[in-house]
Amino acid sequence: MTSILATTEQIIDITLFICFFGISLSLVLLVYRIIVGPTNADRAVALDTIGINLMAVAALMAIYLLTTKLNDVILLIGILAFLGTVAIAKYLEKGVIIDRDID
Amino acid sequence: MYKPNDLILRTTTSLIAFILLGFAVYLLLAGHNSPGGGFVGGLVTSAAVILMYMAYGMETIAKIIPVNFRTVIPVGLLIAVGTGLGSFVFDVPFLSHTFGYFNVPIFGKIELATAMLFDIGVYLTVLGVTITIILNIANDQ
Repeated sequence: MTSILATTEQIIDITLFICFFGISLSLVLLVYRIIVGPTNADRAVALDTIGINLMAVAALMAIYLLTTKLNDVILLIGILAFLGTVAIAKYLEKGVIIDRDID
Repeated sequence: MYKPNDLILRTTTSLIAFILLGFAVYLLLAGHNSPGGGFVGGLVTSAAVILMYMAYGMETIAKIIPVNFRTVIPVGLLIAVGTGLGSFVFDVPFLSHTFGYFNVPIFGKIELATAMLFDIGVYLTVLGVTITIILNIANDQ
């Protein structure tokens, strides 16, 4: 019985290591896309994807630390990334984020 | 004049703003024992209000929420200072903290702490400051 538990924990550790490695690789590529992105729309999409990667890092950290306290953090990162993406999209589309009156 | 089609944004805003306000109340009440507190609650509430501003424009929201957010700042600061001064009534040092367990009909036995009142002051201050800053930047010509 204990050998099965130990094997499962080892599998979880290996999986977490692979996931962290993949996410950090993805973050490096996204930072490259933000710096040299040809248009501003590319940068906006890359920023949104970085927010999603941050949520994934927080979730993996919750598994690694064996805690449930990070679930609120994941929801909060998702909300703030959504708001930022909406603001950037509206700026690219219209040039003003909070307009004076409804059209 | 070029008119963007933001029907999807306006429809989802009316749903997401309610979720954000409920999450803000949860964060405010869950503070100091788990992640959360007055500061994050105020930030999430201001995020909901800013989202409504982005979707519906300034004049519409000024009609719907007739609150000058600049007056929210001194109210929050007064609540925070009053919580600190209230500890002098019980002859304990400034900003002392206490808690107790109470039986509430629906929720059962819950823990109530006086840090909650201080958190409400922080909540109102952060809400007023954040919305004032963002609206003043947006109004700049």
